[in-house]
Amino acid sequence: MGTIIEIQQLSKTYANDFRALKGISLSIRRGEILALLGPNGAGKTTLISIVCGIVNPSGGQIRVDGFDINRDYRAARSKIGLVPQELATDSFESVWATVAFSRGLFGKPPDPAYLQRLLQQLSLWDKRDARIMALSGGMKRRVMIAKALSHEPEILFLDEPTAGVDVELRQDMWAMVRELRERGVTIILTTHYIEEAEEMADRIGVINHGELILVDDKAALMTKLGRKELRLHLQQPLASIPEPLHPYRLQQEEDNQVLVYHFDAQQQSAIAELLKQMARHDIEIRDLHTRESSLEEIFVNLVRKPR
Amino acid sequence: MNWHGITAIYRFEMARTWRTLMQSIASPVLSTSLYFIVFGTAIGSRMGSIDGISYGAFIIPGLLMLSLLSESISNASFGIFFPKFSGTIYEVLSAPVSPFEIVAGYVGAAATKSVLLGLLILATARIFVDYSIVHPLWTLLFLLLTAVTFSLFGFIIGIWAEDFQQLQLIPLMVVTPLTFLGGAFYSISMLPEPWQTLTLFNPVVYLISGLRWAFYGFADVNLALSLGMTAFFLIACLATVSWIFKRGYRIRS
Ligand SMILES: Nc1ncnc2c1ncn2[C@@H]1O[C@H](COP(=O)(O)OP(=O)(O)O)[C@@H](O)[C@H]1O
Ligand SMILES: [Mg+2]
Repeated sequence: MGTIIEIQQLSKTYANDFRALKGISLSIRRGEILALLGPNGAGKTTLISIVCGIVNPSGGQIRVDGFDINRDYRAARSKIGLVPQELATDSFESVWATVAFSRGLFGKPPDPAYLQRLLQQLSLWDKRDARIMALSGGMKRRVMIAKALSHEPEILFLDEPTAGVDVELRQDMWAMVRELRERGVTIILTTHYIEEAEEMADRIGVINHGELILVDDKAALMTKLGRKELRLHLQQPLASIPEPLHPYRLQQEEDNQVLVYHFDAQQQSAIAELLKQMARHDIEIRDLHTRESSLEEIFVNLVRKPR
Repeated sequence: MNWHGITAIYRFEMARTWRTLMQSIASPVLSTSLYFIVFGTAIGSRMGSIDGISYGAFIIPGLLMLSLLSESISNASFGIFFPKFSGTIYEVLSAPVSPFEIVAGYVGAAATKSVLLGLLILATARIFVDYSIVHPLWTLLFLLLTAVTFSLFGFIIGIWAEDFQQLQLIPLMVVTPLTFLGGAFYSISMLPEPWQTLTLFNPVVYLISGLRWAFYGFADVNLALSLGMTAFFLIACLATVSWIFKRGYRIRS
């Protein structure tokens, strides 16, 4: 294991004096899938672009597998593959030519057998001689993935890979991500689809206004911030909540037939006490269930929090 | 040295040349042929010879230089401008290639194309005008130096330009007039003063003069001066390009 990317106090001020990143520090572990979540304009693309060498940092340090991205840029960059957010492909070149170009650009000798396997895996093999401009948007995105993987990188950046992508490609992409991870490739992705982060990632980082608000294991994040909800369906509607139950801040819903109790992971023991209190006040329960808040709700809570 | 990287860029750019063979080779050859027909054959037959060289033959170095300059600039500027415009430049920026390697790939391809084109124009000229070259190796050297220098210049323009209009501005507004006024069609000794002295501030004069010396063994200005000026432009362009990469000027935000 260990760290493969070490980002220290990274800041970026664009030419128009806009501060896109405000001192971000982040360690990315070898072989993990890290999801970066954040609203539009949070600075995710800026962060990725600096690590990949497309944007100059204003301050801070980045090491990729121990190599400084400025001093040892060759060693650092040759380990990285990037699928950028924007669809930018050649037009007149064939699929094969553009992927072979990428491999050469990253300093690797030709390897037709590898490229063939790559194109087959991405369902591009039949299109290898097609001009890129004749391909559909989804196919173009596959080409960009093939280019990013053409030089067998150890680290793959996927910047909003599934935005505006059809279901089939999304599934193929996740299958591919899992397979790459099996092979030990470190994957950093940004996404707006929180279910994706929830489903795919080992760790999740949340960026807002150019700051890394938190980064944690997905499971830990869920327990730390996951709000749970207990819904109690009553036999009879309850006109008013008895005084002793007020500390629980119960909400009444569905014509007073349902009581809702919100609690944190740490407050689980309170449930037994709540139920005892209710029995004492002859409130009969017909049914109950609990619900965990999704990552999306956690996320919304986080970025809404005034800072 | 990332040789695979240089080769990848070079081959990518050359593939573009072959793909657009019509506009990249045929059209400059055609327009130069028209010059030979009009100036060399039609008008030239009524002109006296200059320094013992028939007018048709006299204008070959100038016309060659005209194509060489405009083609070098437009090839190299388009080659780097287009990825900037389409967004595909991200890949070059994120690749383990040094500025020198990027320039070698793009400028090398543009210069190759210009030299090939120059040779093709020379062959075409032969159809219309009878000429022989006194110093073939010097001719090749001048062709190479000019092609590399002005491909570098084009590369700089391609990086500087923010839209297609700016891309064409400098070749159209600066280079073409300077070439026409640089003695492509006349010997500058034919000009009255003060134009003769003023012309010496036109850098293209030295390029054309040097090439004409390589062709016919005489020139408007001294050979050493021509060579010196050509080398000076080359170094100026190299310095500008390395400044651009050091500052990230208009490439990396
Ligand atoms: N080249 C640039 N010049 C000025 N501001 C920029 C530039 N690129 C991005 N920004 C600004 O920086 C902020 C972060 O952008 P970005 O990193 O693309 O965010 P995200 O990927 O999280 O949506 C945005 O407010 C954006 O407008
Ligand atoms: Mg983005």
